[in-house]
Amino acid sequence: MLVRRTKIEPDQLITFQVNDQFITARSGESVAFAVLAAGVMPTRNNPVSGSPRAPYCLMGICFECLMTIDGVDNRQSCMTPVAEGMVVHSQYNKASLERLDDD
Amino acid sequence: MAQTAEVLVIGGGMVGAAVGLGLVRKGAKVLIVDEDDNALRTARGNFGLVWTQTKGLGLQRYQEWTRESAALYSDFAGLLAEETSLSLGHQQLGGLTICTTEEEISLSETLIEQMKAQAGNLPYEAEMIDRQSIQSLIPGVRFGDSVQAAAYSKHDGHVNPLKLLRAMLKSYQLHGGKYQINSKVTDIKPTSAGNYEIQIADKTTIHAEKVVIACGHGIPALAEKCGMKCPTRPQRGQVLVTERLDQILPLPMGSIRQTDEGSILLGVSHEEVGFNDKNTANVAGNIAARAVRILPDLEQVNIVRAWGALRIMPPDGCPIYDESEKYPGVFMVTNHSGVTLAAVHSMRLPEWILDRRMAIGFEEFSSLRFEKTDYASTPH
Repeated sequence: MLVRRTKIEPDQLITFQVNDQFITARSGESVAFAVLAAGVMPTRNNPVSGSPRAPYCLMGICFECLMTIDGVDNRQSCMTPVAEGMVVHSQYNKASLERLDDD
Repeated sequence: MAQTAEVLVIGGGMVGAAVGLGLVRKGAKVLIVDEDDNALRTARGNFGLVWTQTKGLGLQRYQEWTRESAALYSDFAGLLAEETSLSLGHQQLGGLTICTTEEEISLSETLIEQMKAQAGNLPYEAEMIDRQSIQSLIPGVRFGDSVQAAAYSKHDGHVNPLKLLRAMLKSYQLHGGKYQINSKVTDIKPTSAGNYEIQIADKTTIHAEKVVIACGHGIPALAEKCGMKCPTRPQRGQVLVTERLDQILPLPMGSIRQTDEGSILLGVSHEEVGFNDKNTANVAGNIAARAVRILPDLEQVNIVRAWGALRIMPPDGCPIYDESEKYPGVFMVTNHSGVTLAAVHSMRLPEWILDRRMAIGFEEFSSLRFEKTDYASTPH
């Protein structure tokens, strides 16, 4: 990584769930960054080839970082800030209409 | 020393690749010359329908031709997939044209009546179906209240057009066909030896016994040099692509289809804007709004890509196939349905090009039809 992650101050610390583990992250970070820092991989399988994938461009372009976040499929984890209590899952299937954001 | 080929195919898009493949399968020595990546590549913008129900009003031979292609398609795509190990996403279990207004129902009903009236030995087999029948063909999705009826044809289907093109070019090369990029053709001239000399923009030349002009929007200028008329125009269509979803649409619905990989493609526009292949917010908005009227649950689905592409549109929407009288052995192949017609282009046109064997009524596809005094173009 080009930039070393500095120590997280206690007042910046949040906890959220990825798959079956709880990880800590700094408030304001993206889900993708926090997940990479915690070493969670793969974050999805390509729904066509089945190959394991992980966040790549970290700027909203490549769509490699799609995850199921708070029950919603196909969320770009690199464009989603982490939040206390968030529940994130690696996505091993295509999105389902029932699991899409209806905002 | 100029390159030589038995048949030179100008254009490596949906038409050139299909014809080139058919020619090499018959043992001809073929060279396809193609332009660079800045060319107007209609074959990279297709929607991917294999579609017969709306084809050939006013030219029954075209309805027959498109049905022949649809009937050959499973064998054609199956062999391609086998030869290239590519999955083409071809499926032909029927297709629907959804009607959301009384006007659309009336248009579909009228088309069906007219197609049935002009049908000869080959019965026209599309029919109107009601909302309940639509729901039984496409169970498990919620249709909008505006969906009242649809035109349905059991002959229609869809294919991944990018993979089709890739597979055709790959198979063509596996059969010994040669493919050369960055080669815009600027002139075609007969030689004293009875061949043709083809001038490339980089000043090289190619000698060929026969020439097939199949370069889409580039055809009119080259056809004119060979004494042929090609009155096609560009017509823009815009397409939106959604994120990948679980399979919800077992059949293509004209302007809405779900690919085997899960994306839903949304079309379609018919815009007369010249050689402008940009996409626009207002047309994209109309396409999305119509899709949501038909399938309300699409409202929560993300669009991940959008593009515009330019159809090659003959005045009557039907294909044009001609051999030059001025330069015998120079052929022209053009149409706006390169995906649907790929099977006949590959399996039928080589006999015409190599041996001048034409199916009955094939001459009806000549551009001479536009010179008849009673000719009237029908919007398509």
